[in-house]
Amino acid sequence: MDWISGIIDYVPANIGQLRQLTGNHLLQSVLPIVFGVLIAVPLAQLARQNRTLAGIMLTGSSLLYTIPSLAMFVFLPLVLGTSILSMVNVVVALTIYAVALLMRSTVDALTSIDDGVRQAAVAMGYTPLRRFLTVDLPLSIPVLIAGVRVISVTNISMVSVGALIGVPSLGRLFTDGLTRNYPVQIAVGIIITLLLALLLDLLLVLLERVLTPWARSSTTRRTRAAALDARTVAS
Amino acid sequence: MDYSSSNLFVQMGEWLSDPENWSGSRGIPMRIAEHLGYVGLTMLLALAIAVPLGLYVGHTGKGRVLIVSGVGILRALPTLGMVFLFALLFSRGVLPAVWALVLLAVPPVLSGIYAGVSSVNRTVVDAARSMGLTEWQILTRVELPNGLQVMLGGVRAGVLQVVATATVVAYAKADGLGVFLVEGTQINDNGRLFGGAVVIAAVAIAVDGVMALLQRFAISPGLRTTRPVARSQQESGRQEAVASAQGGTT
Repeated sequence: MDWISGIIDYVPANIGQLRQLTGNHLLQSVLPIVFGVLIAVPLAQLARQNRTLAGIMLTGSSLLYTIPSLAMFVFLPLVLGTSILSMVNVVVALTIYAVALLMRSTVDALTSIDDGVRQAAVAMGYTPLRRFLTVDLPLSIPVLIAGVRVISVTNISMVSVGALIGVPSLGRLFTDGLTRNYPVQIAVGIIITLLLALLLDLLLVLLERVLTPWARSSTTRRTRAAALDARTVAS
Repeated sequence: MDYSSSNLFVQMGEWLSDPENWSGSRGIPMRIAEHLGYVGLTMLLALAIAVPLGLYVGHTGKGRVLIVSGVGILRALPTLGMVFLFALLFSRGVLPAVWALVLLAVPPVLSGIYAGVSSVNRTVVDAARSMGLTEWQILTRVELPNGLQVMLGGVRAGVLQVVATATVVAYAKADGLGVFLVEGTQINDNGRLFGGAVVIAAVAIAVDGVMALLQRFAISPGLRTTRPVARSQQESGRQEAVASAQGGTT
């Protein structure tokens, strides 16, 4: 197979470049996830408390979500004053998409928490902030992580698009491969992208297990897993 | 093109308002038509693959694991890489690009159809079965209309992703709306670059709006409610399926 030997020859010969592009790629995919969660969770809590605000934020975010990434990558330098080649543009664009997607599911997750649980926390004298951080938030982690898993997979694929306007990422292998008429290079890029997506997804599954120890025990696990299953399928 | 100012917004406005850019085979309307042509062909193929498969798996429950993992892998495929790879391996024609886009459109449509069938209340299905409906009748008269909203959510997400991603085709084969970005970068014409980006965003928003209307009017009147906010409270699970079926734009 010349494909396999081509790939086997290509990787060691370009390992330095591959490592650097993979690093850039990971950075541009992971940072938006972190920022997205940090922004979406407080916004979702605000939206849950104020219906008007919720309407505005959900409409606004779904409108932003509709704007294609390539257009967004081109526009953001105008708004942010960054260079068009800057990774900041990609990170900001993907953060916007992440917030848009996460906010909706987080609002639903927070709303779906059993009211009895919440009232129990109030009865035990929890302040609203403490209740949010120790009761509401942990209970919505499965939904939050389901959303984050969707975002991580799509981000890893989307970061490549930045290469079209010159932002360094694994997408560089696609653009170079096309101009040099070298399919092996493109195939290597696709394989590394797939591996990154798989790796990140596994880490998120592990993270969920660590963060939701109660879900691992006894019978609740089975029902919860079934509920989550439907969700993952939908994603 | 000569602009009256070095201001990017002025250049963008002048490019967008120049009648020359609105006519001919390289004009904006023609590029929009090409772009929508890609979207239409891609969705036709994606629906032909995903709808029967999703309905089958949703109705029978067979091959569920296969669908979940298949969808996961397809979702992780970088479409940019696939478009370029197919362009080099097959040809820089329309069909290789369309097939690469089909790989992008299938996951949201497939999981939307599947989630739609699964979202139908099992007691309703059992009631239909006990009334003597055949499996085919259950699928077409119970599961399809009741799950339609979630299904169309998946289709809408697929259309949105394809509209957004079809722009990258221009880098392999010079047509569609991405051409303005390619040309704008190559000849350093910022009016064309930013004006092109505006057109892309506007087309995406317009198409999504049409899909939203379609989604609203295709719903059986019995399931339609006047207050979507109240409904999202009741059926947060269903809404969530729609939201998470939306995946991401590219």
